Amino acid sequence: MTERFVGLDDVDLVYQQGDGEGTLALKGTSLDIAKGGFAAIVGPSGCGKSTILKLVSGLLKPVRGRVEVNAREVAGPVKIVGMAFQNPTMLPWLSAIDNVLVPLKIVQPYRSQFREKRGEYEERARALFKTVGLAGFEKRHPWQLSGGMQQRASLCRALIHEPELLLLDEPFGALDAFTREDLWATLQELWMLRRPTVILVTHDLREAAYLADRIFVMSARPGRIVASHDVGFPRPRTLDMTFSEEFVALNHALRNEISEARQEALV
Amino acid sequence: MIRKTFLRRALPWLVILGMFVMWELLCRLFGVKEFVLPLPSQIFAVLVKRWDALLPHATQTLMTTVIGFIGGVIVGTLLGIAIGSSRLVYDAMYPLLVGFYSIPKVAVVPILVIWFGSGTVPAVITSLVICIFPVVVNVATGLATTEPELEDVLRALGASKADILWGVGLPRSMPYLFASLKIAITLAFVGTVISETVAANRGIGNMMIIASSNIDVPLVFAGLFILAFLGIALYAVFAFLESRMTGWAMRKNEFSM
Repeated sequence: MTERFVGLDDVDLVYQQGDGEGTLALKGTSLDIAKGGFAAIVGPSGCGKSTILKLVSGLLKPVRGRVEVNAREVAGPVKIVGMAFQNPTMLPWLSAIDNVLVPLKIVQPYRSQFREKRGEYEERARALFKTVGLAGFEKRHPWQLSGGMQQRASLCRALIHEPELLLLDEPFGALDAFTREDLWATLQELWMLRRPTVILVTHDLREAAYLADRIFVMSARPGRIVASHDVGFPRPRTLDMTFSEEFVALNHALRNEISEARQEALV
Repeated sequence: MIRKTFLRRALPWLVILGMFVMWELLCRLFGVKEFVLPLPSQIFAVLVKRWDALLPHATQTLMTTVIGFIGGVIVGTLLGIAIGSSRLVYDAMYPLLVGFYSIPKVAVVPILVIWFGSGTVPAVITSLVICIFPVVVNVATGLATTEPELEDVLRALGASKADILWGVGLPRSMPYLFASLKIAITLAFVGTVISETVAANRGIGNMMIIASSNIDVPLVFAGLFILAFLGIALYAVFAFLESRMTGWAMRKNEFSM
């Protein structure tokens, strides 16, 4: 394996609510993701997949264990990260392009140069809009865009500050099947172009197998990694590949592992 | 469509006009005495005839109200930000605020007069105080109901609390703030007039007290008309600003101006 970019070592996380015991979301979770790699995390619902993203981005702190990004322990929000969620979370009072520019108003060194370089940044945003097929919709407000368009804009926002780490929390979960498949292709293209390290949390096994080079399977709560698969299909991958025998076999294996994990939880 | 918008714009004026016509007709029909309920035509005649004498009172009331309102909105917004962004401040301040707001303002005016003497100062303070509560409650609600996902977008980028407040919390609270401004501006007039009726030698409230002690009922009603007009005018200003600044929150255009 090449250089480790994201790592969790034996991490426990408890969601504390009031003074009670709290919910143990993760127990003894460990994983490694290589620099420039595309990892997917799949597992039963409520197993703590999104929690891993919150730990990696520094929004949560583990109660035990160590979370590492770029060879440094995560202590607060990691600034080299871009995030996209299932909900596009566009700010409704800003136009699409202004939404995409938001990270540049927050993250240094862009922040202090924002006024002088606004034109240049807008050009950059326009180029991104073009890549994701949103050219011409820059000045629209979020509610004037369809769900798929909002999610495209949300991807642009996650990428505008050229983050080294991209965290995607079921970004295509709320979209119809065809839009979703379009966006898989868009995401693959963006990833091959810029090569950030990506962690994708998803319910969709086909999505995981299409996009990732490494898939982690999690157990039911309290979550930990129970299996991992390397995915060797050549890039760029096509939708036709998803009907090949090997692809279906991989899907099948993932499915079985997740059903087992769910069964264990029920016992 | 054009006819519909025209109707929408004309309708409020038609309703007001209709009310005056009904009032005039009913009073004439039943022979209501002038000192009980004057005719609208009499009231308008008084407004025109005594315009020069009424104008300084109207200006006085307007100035007092606007100053008090601006002060109240500033104090209210700051308090609302504090209460809306911190559970601790919320718990600490809310009972006091509710208790304070429950005191009838007319009971406070005599105290203000003892402290500041009669005139403009107690009137400004009364209208200021009366504005604070709705602004605080609305701004605090706007901040407290901001979706955590919206905040996470900025938090994950390492934004400071101030960045999140400016970038997400305050813009998100703007519709709530404007809703409260429309309530506050009408309340501010109430505050001013209460204080003017108790202790002042100028202003519409003071003029109405003098007129009623002279049983000059048409003049009293002329004062009411001026207050109603000023109220509508300032309300319209804020409704206009609202539609300009928070159009994103009122996408259903039936409610936009």
